[in-house]
Order: sequence, then structure tokens, then C-alpha cells
Amino acid sequence: MNLLAVERIKLFTTRSPWWCALITIALSVGFAAILAGATESTDSLTVSATQFGGSQFGIAVVMVLAALAVTTEYRFNTIRTTFQAVPHRSPALVAKAVVVGLVSLILGEIAGFGAWGLAVLMRPNDNLALTTGQDWANVAGLGLVFAFSAVLAVAVGIMIRHSAGAIALLLIYTLAVESLVQLIPKIGNHIHEWMPFNVANKFLVGSTPAGNGPPPSDSPLSPGWALAYFAGISIVFLLVALGVAKKRDA
Amino acid sequence: MIEATALTKAYGATTAVNELTFTARSGRVTGFLGPNGAGKSTTMRLVVGLDSPDAGTVLVDGVPYRELKDPLRTVGAMLDATWRHPGRGGRDHLRWLAATNGIPEQRVDQLLELVGLKSVEKTRVGRYSLGMQQRLGIAAALLGDPRVLLFDEPVNGLDPEGMAWIRQLLHSLAAEGRTVFVSSHLLPEMAQTAQDLVVIGRGRLIYQGTMDDFVARTSRHGVRVRTPHADELRAALTGQVEFTEEDGAFVVSGVDSDRIGQLAFDAGATLHELSPIAGSLEQAYLDLTREAVEFSSAVSPSEVTP
Amino acid sequence: MTTTSNLLRAERIKLFSTRAPWWCLALALAAPLGFTALFFALAGPEIPATVGNTQLASGNGRTVLLVLAVLATASEFGWGTMRLTFQAVPSRVPALLAKVAVVGAVGAVLGLVVGFGSWGMATLVQPDADLALHSGAEWRSVLGQSLVFLFTAVAGVGVALLLRNVAFALTVVLVWTQLLEGLVVFIPGAGRHIYQWMPFHAADEFVGAGGFAGVPTQLPAAPLSPWGYLGYFAAISVALFVAGVFVTARRDA
Repeated sequence: MNLLAVERIKLFTTRSPWWCALITIALSVGFAAILAGATESTDSLTVSATQFGGSQFGIAVVMVLAALAVTTEYRFNTIRTTFQAVPHRSPALVAKAVVVGLVSLILGEIAGFGAWGLAVLMRPNDNLALTTGQDWANVAGLGLVFAFSAVLAVAVGIMIRHSAGAIALLLIYTLAVESLVQLIPKIGNHIHEWMPFNVANKFLVGSTPAGNGPPPSDSPLSPGWALAYFAGISIVFLLVALGVAKKRDA
Repeated sequence: MIEATALTKAYGATTAVNELTFTARSGRVTGFLGPNGAGKSTTMRLVVGLDSPDAGTVLVDGVPYRELKDPLRTVGAMLDATWRHPGRGGRDHLRWLAATNGIPEQRVDQLLELVGLKSVEKTRVGRYSLGMQQRLGIAAALLGDPRVLLFDEPVNGLDPEGMAWIRQLLHSLAAEGRTVFVSSHLLPEMAQTAQDLVVIGRGRLIYQGTMDDFVARTSRHGVRVRTPHADELRAALTGQVEFTEEDGAFVVSGVDSDRIGQLAFDAGATLHELSPIAGSLEQAYLDLTREAVEFSSAVSPSEVTP
Repeated sequence: MTTTSNLLRAERIKLFSTRAPWWCLALALAAPLGFTALFFALAGPEIPATVGNTQLASGNGRTVLLVLAVLATASEFGWGTMRLTFQAVPSRVPALLAKVAVVGAVGAVLGLVVGFGSWGMATLVQPDADLALHSGAEWRSVLGQSLVFLFTAVAGVGVALLLRNVAFALTVVLVWTQLLEGLVVFIPGAGRHIYQWMPFHAADEFVGAGGFAGVPTQLPAAPLSPWGYLGYFAAISVALFVAGVFVTARRDA
């Protein structure tokens, strides 16, 4: 319990997490506002369209927040102090992942409901009520996707230790590589079906097209299993990272 | 020579340097002293044009730093030895710096030898110890064989051998006629190194002059006398000289030990101790900067442990 | 030696004496060439063997170059070597010009290698396909990568000078190029028009890669010619750099 408090203090007493959080919410809600404002009065905004900004931008920025939470410790060598206080190392790193994950969860809920709420305010006549389970997954589930993305980013941060490298790797992977793989003829689509963020998207948007959004995920898993798969991958990464951190010099 | 005139710099609401006027002469090692937060580093940054003063000027050999062509050949400054990329080798660090001012590569190798880093020139600077990093910074300052040198805490992290080496280096540089301006916290070291002194506190000048004058002028000094014939000595001293009595000894000020010895002899008092109390830099400095300390401990050391 | 050549030499030493730029260059070559080989080896009718399509993966090289340019500049602020540089070059602007010249030159050369390399890779993998460079558009798509990469590098240096922080600058450029431009198109109404004025989309249009971004909706007719698009992209990159220099030259280091 103590370790969680320690990690919480570390996270909230520097500026970059606050900035990242602000930017995440601003991008998510802002994009929803833009979509809501720009959609013709004859067209109707869908629930998943409101979550567009959050699920695209928000995940990226949250991962930067999470990676930085780890890599700055390595850069300023406070990781050595941490490992001195907690020689087994894993408990401290797990505590960090948990705290960052929880913060990201909360951020995701704020971003998701904030974006949806603003859209409802701006377009009261569109059918934006959260009726189906998928609708709820789309809005409330954003927090869960944020949380596991953050855990994944913490794992990457532990393994790479270098801020620039971790950020570049995470952002390029999430934003470019998965779509790029789709272009590979014959095998591309098969690989893509199992790539983590594509699967996470399946959890969020299900199989129905988002109207004026991008095409839905082609993952063969059901939304529930999709979340489990994504969560599983992030935890596996974390376990690998913990193993690496334990053996390495601090 | 470095001449600062009414130099002023504020960061937001804090005035770091306030109407600071001083001169660092050539051919001398000028020590730059002050409590933490007094504005020493800010002043040095102003000298080399990294920050711009809000008012006042600072000239290096009569010229503002920014107007120097190939400034590294005139002014060598080590303001912070951590200004380096940790992934770059020591030699490459010096090479790029030398290249900016057209300094030939042989000079780089020469200096690596001088500071004792030749064997680790290819090692990434991030792996250097604190002392090695300091030495690299010093090498960088000396690249252009400059007439004026500024060092901000150069002995930080050096072992006694290293500190002695720096002291010798600074003295020889000054002896060659260069201006050497050094800031430090280590008073004993400063006492042995600097010939002139500039003391600042809270951004303002507190003292400027020679080291000897500073110690002599501002510290308590006198002669300590112990005698088994206290009454006789007291009678002999009263009315003749100023003295106080502490811990069973007399502390006489204003006269030298010869005179006191004579007075005691005339009064028939045997002396067991007749020793001049040397003024110490530490005492002088603490007395002078007492008012100007930004970050002092509210709790005295004896109160820390229960 | 003149001052200019001194400064260029210094920036060259800086760039090539750490590991990150080398990794970036290696990746910037390996990814496009590798992907191109993969695409052309496995492609059926969904990727016709045209010259334009040999450049499908060149954009990745461009992205990695952008990372290189940002890193080479922003990390100097982080580690304090920018202050050292300004100690050595108090007028500052010449040093910044030298930096953008070196990084830009590296970009231009990289673009040349990626452009021709990808094209060459495709001809190796599919020797029977007609990949000869006939039309202006075909030359532009291969050779033009050099110009696009050059201005990408300039933009990267500019953004890094403005933002001064590695994490922040990397996030901004990566999110902008990989995500934001593509999402803008989904804004109903004005989205498609705004998209056509996005700088990296403009760069894509110059090399004929405008259709690669996977944008499903129909775009209105392009407002600029391909060379017009290059001019636009170049202008924005240079503007970013100039703004960066202006800010850096005047601030406390």
C-alpha cells in the first residue's frame, strides 16, 4: 500500500503528467466538439463518432504520459533511489504500473464521458443515448483501454529506459505500424486481425461501422474477448519488463 | 580582465543579480564567493552572453562577449560540466566544440593529455565519473588558449590530488597573465587558490579586494595569552590595551605579541601561551555573509538528532 | 577555414557522434526498402506494379527522418549542449543555420537513397514489371523524395527549436503526421478541404502519394499543382524553422 502512495506522489508532483492529462482531455473533448459542430443538421452523430478523438489521440498521449513516468526516473537516476528502497524491484515497478494505470483509467472515463456529454449538449436531437452494451463499451470502456495502454507503455518504458526511444516506438507503432501491416498483400490482413490496438478497437466499436468514422475493426474476437486479449498482452509485456529490470544493473 | 558595471538581472519576481559592479584583474586568480543562491552562476552566464542583463554591462577585455569573433579563443568558461550529451565520447565532445571556433584537432588531443582523459577519450561521457566530467569541462574551457577564464565550481567532485592539480593550474594560468575568475564554495580551497576576492550576497556586492585584506580586515584577530599570574597580567594590561578574558585565557587585540610579552615580563607574569589568533577565511566570510544567506538552516545542528 | 565551414563541421561531428542518428538512418532505410520488397514480392492485383507504388513505404522513411531531426535538435536543449554552442557562437543564428543545413543535407541524401532504393528494390523483386521512369510524375515520385525529405528535416528542426523538449516535440510531430492529418478528413463538411491544405499531405501530393493515406472519402479537386504543393510544404517548413530561430536567438539560452 505504501508503494502505491509513493508512486502516486511521484506521478503527481511533476508537471508532465498534468500536461499530458490536460492535452488528452482537450483532444478528446475538442475533437468531439469539432465533429458535433461540423456535422450537418440532417446527419446524425453516432456514439462512436464522439469517441473518435479519445480513442485515437487520447491513447497516444496517455501512452506518452505512462512511458515518461518511467523513463524520467531513469534519466534523472531516481530509479536507483527507488531500487535502493525496494531491492526486489518488481513491487515498485508494479506499483508504478498500477498507479499509472488507474490514473489513465480515470482520465479515460473523463475523456470518454466528457466527449460524449459535450456532443449530447451540442446535438440533443441525434440519437446519442447509451442504449446498447456496445455504446457503453465505447464510452465507459475508453478508460479500460487507456489503462491497459498505459501499462503497456510503462513496460516499454522500463525496457527501453530512454524517453525519446520509448515515445518514438510507442507512437510509431500505435499510429502507423498497425495500419501499415494491413497493406502487406496476402498476409497483412491476417496479421492485422491480431494486432493489439486493432483488437482493442474491436472492444470499443464492435462490428458496426461508425457512420462517418473509419472502418471498424476486423478482429474476429468478440468485444469481450477483445478486451481480455488486449489486457493480456499488456500484462505479458509488463511481466517481461519486470524480468528484464530485475536482472539489469539499475 | 572582466568588468561588470551595475549588472542587473531578474527572473520573474526574483532579482538574481542587483547592480553588481566588480572587476577581475588579469594576472590574478579572482575568487567569486557567495552563499547558495547569491547569483554567482547567473553572473557568469551574463558574462558569456548566455543570458541578457536587464540593466548594466559586463565587458571582457573591454568588449561585450557577444561581439567577440571566435569567443572561445578569448574566453574559456566552464559554467556547468554537465552540459554534454551522455551518449557522445569525450574526444568528440571536444572536437565539435573546437570546430565551432576553428581550433585545430591537435589542440583537442593536447588537452586530453593535459587533463588525463586520453585513455578514456572514446568512452561515452555518460559513463564518466564526476571528476572525469569536471576535467573534460576544464579541457573544453582551455581549448582556445584563452586570455580570460571562468570556472564555476571547478573542484566539485575532484579528489585531493585533483584539487591540488587545479589549484596549480589556475595559479600558472594567472601567472601567464591571464584573467582567472573562479567561483567556489570550498573556503579552505579558495583561501589557497584565490588572490583577489569578490563576495556577493543576494545579488549584491558585499566585498571586493584582495584575499589578504579580506581576511585581515573583517575577522576577529588578536593574541591569546595564558598565564598562571592572571592578576598581575590583568593589572599590567588594563588601561594599556584592549583585552577580554575567555576560557581562562586573555585575548588581547590591537597589539602584537612582542608588546604583550614585554608588558607581561615587566609585571612579573610568567606566560604559558602567547599565540596570535590567525583570522580565518571561514570566520570572515560567515560574518560578512550572515545577513545575505538565502537558504539557511532554521535548526542548528545540535537540534537535529533527538 | 571559413566560419561557415567551421560551423558545418561542428554540426556534422555532433550529429554523427552519438548512436541515435545512426539507428534512425538505419531504420529509415530498412523499413521502406524492406516493406517495398515485401509488398512487391507478395503483391497480387491489389498493388499494381507501377512506379508510384514503389514509393508506398517511403513515407515511413520520412517519419523516421523527422524523428532524427527533432532528436538532433531538441536533445541539445535537454543536455545543455545548446548553451555550450551559444557560448561558442554568441550570435546564435549561424550555428542554427549550420545545424539545419547539415540535418537537411542528410535528409536530402536519405530521400534520394530511399526513393531510388525502393524503386530499385521493386525492380529487383519484380524484374518483369514495367518500372521504367518515363513521365514527369514518375520521376517526381522517385527523385522528389529527396526534396520532401529535405523539407521534412527543416520542419523537424524548426518544431524542436520552438518546443525545446524532446518528449513534447516528438509527440507533436508524430501525432500530427501519423494521426491528426488523417483524422481531419473525417470532420464533416470542411474536413476534406482542410485536409488538402495539411502540410504533409501536400508533401505526399508532390510525390504522388496523396492516395496512400487510406483516406476512403472522395476528395475535391486538388487546389495546387504538384510543384505548387511542394512550394507550400517548403514554405511551411521554412516558416517553422525561421520561427524557431527567432525565438531561440532572443531568449535566454
